[in-house]
Amino acid sequence: MELLSNIFITPFVDMVAAPDFLLQVIWEGLVSGVLYALIALGFVLIFRSSRIFNFAQGIMVVFAALTLVGLHEAGVPAWAALALTLVVMFVLAVGIERIVLRPLVGQPDIILFMATIGITLFLVGSGELIFGGENKVMITEELGIPTDSWVLEPWGGFLLLEQQDVTAVFGAVVLVITLLAFLNYTRMGRAVRALGDDHQAALSVGISLQTIWVLVWFVAGIIALAAGIVWGARAGVSFALEVIAFKALPVLMLGGLESITGAIVGGLAIGVLEKLFEIYWGQPLLGGNTETWFAYVLALVVLLFRPQGLFGEKIIERV
Amino acid sequence: MLYKIAGQFKTSYRADQGLFPIREDAVLLAGVLLLAWVVLPLTASEFVFQTLMIPVLIYALAAMGLNILTGYAGQLSLGTGAFMGVGAYACYKLITIFPEMNILIAVLTSGLFSAMVGVVFGIPSLRIKGFYLAIATLAAQFFLIWLFEKWAWLYNYNASGAIQVPNIDFLGVAVAGPLATSTAQYYFILGVVTLITLIVINLTRGNQGRIWKATRDMDIAAELIGINLMRAKLTAFAVSSYIVGVAGALFVFLWRGAAEPNLFDIELSFRVLFIAIIGGLGSILGNYLGAILIVALPVVLNVVPEALGLEIKSATVEHINIMIVGSLIIFFLIIEPHGLARLWQLIREKLILWPFPH
Repeated sequence: MELLSNIFITPFVDMVAAPDFLLQVIWEGLVSGVLYALIALGFVLIFRSSRIFNFAQGIMVVFAALTLVGLHEAGVPAWAALALTLVVMFVLAVGIERIVLRPLVGQPDIILFMATIGITLFLVGSGELIFGGENKVMITEELGIPTDSWVLEPWGGFLLLEQQDVTAVFGAVVLVITLLAFLNYTRMGRAVRALGDDHQAALSVGISLQTIWVLVWFVAGIIALAAGIVWGARAGVSFALEVIAFKALPVLMLGGLESITGAIVGGLAIGVLEKLFEIYWGQPLLGGNTETWFAYVLALVVLLFRPQGLFGEKIIERV
Repeated sequence: MLYKIAGQFKTSYRADQGLFPIREDAVLLAGVLLLAWVVLPLTASEFVFQTLMIPVLIYALAAMGLNILTGYAGQLSLGTGAFMGVGAYACYKLITIFPEMNILIAVLTSGLFSAMVGVVFGIPSLRIKGFYLAIATLAAQFFLIWLFEKWAWLYNYNASGAIQVPNIDFLGVAVAGPLATSTAQYYFILGVVTLITLIVINLTRGNQGRIWKATRDMDIAAELIGINLMRAKLTAFAVSSYIVGVAGALFVFLWRGAAEPNLFDIELSFRVLFIAIIGGLGSILGNYLGAILIVALPVVLNVVPEALGLEIKSATVEHINIMIVGSLIIFFLIIEPHGLARLWQLIREKLILWPFPH
């Protein structure tokens, strides 16, 4: 009985008793959810246009953030470093397409997946070689991101909003809207979507596979840079950041591998729910640190009812 | 010429379906076995045993387990490391609860526990397919590692949270723990690996193997010709996790000597997956070739700069190694996406025709 009440009653009593704390938890969850959604977006873009499950997305986040900080440390002004990082991400996209993807066109999915793990290892090695393995501080102030915090007092309680988090959420919204506009209203964006629908049909109307792949990987690189700045500002820049890639995978499962909406909704849902579970159930009952697996188990349960995720394309199989 | 198939007549269906339809294959295998059982153990140093031969065997065994699931039954799994952990922890509990238990029996029994866990995490495969399933197996990976950390009973409430292997004898010879010699450990592992390889070869050639292959190639079509998909997929998960669990028990008890939960993290899963894919999915030989490549590569890369007399910091060497391993994975995928085993097949075909071009 006590166990049941600990599971079903106490957490909710706690929530009602301290609504300001609940709001704080939800806010923290939303901010990490935005980040998960950003990384998942990078995955979705590449998966839609090429059916490649890009495992390297997580390391691209680290690589972009490291390049930015490393360039700044080398004496480049912050905004120039940002521009140079974009150039580096573009070169990376071209390189990946030329060297890795082009020879592997048409291979089974799992081979391409393995190749992206190879890219991951390569980026880890070269990143550590060039920039060193130690933790670096993100150049938040130099980029003009405010670092103060607002204190709100709902119901006479206490709610702390970091301004950099607010900026991150705002920036992510702008980025997503730009991306959607790009995909829906430009020639290039429509070509990306066409390629996602049907490779051969897209090729036959004259869409260049190579150009679009470079474009998509470059856009994924831009998203990675944004995610790297946000997460780096919170946790510092090092290869430990890599683990957030594993946080983005259940988001994909939950939302569906092809769906941009799914990535956003799934990211936010997982961000909030895993924080709530950790604070109200995980720490008192299970000894904490449940965030490593909660998202996966949640996604697994959802998948049992909807095998293509919440927003994924319906899987139609023919013999 | 070297591989002479002309003149080797088969007069019965049985002979044609035999394990070695061509005599040269049998001779070659006998040579390899002789090398593994006699020549290498007599000539190898302690360093070679511990950094090359023992890990190659253990990784090859783990990759073989994964290969049954991914290469034969077509279910992609990223949770191999955690299943190895289940085997290792099960073996540890068996040994500490029943100290008199024979180590061979303990190792072979611990696989049963990971098989059970494997079946539980395999149930979603009945509804979830492809990459969705791959991510779903990550649930097993992260959940089990968390469990190894939090469930103190598993490591006997040690203050360190790690499991330590005691001294264990097998037939009067120390095989596990600080007292064991590398030669004894090697022979023990080699025995287990040879036995399981023999069973797996015949399993994949037989009825069960064909059922798995049909499921892999197209599961709906397989269902239509009367294959019970649920049974096919769950047996694949069970057999695969059993072998992976045995490999995990050997990994800790006969090689590492101690283990912490994070030894079984996702890196290990990926290393085993690399071995299976670079070696060749759907092939037994490939697991060994892949394991040799992945285990030997870092060793060679460490030795080369020293041999050339270059002064490089060890951290730098490590970073360069990661880069080179990454590039080589891509390189091998590009030159032969079907793995090293396929490369050997091509060579074999060339040998059959040699000296004629075609």
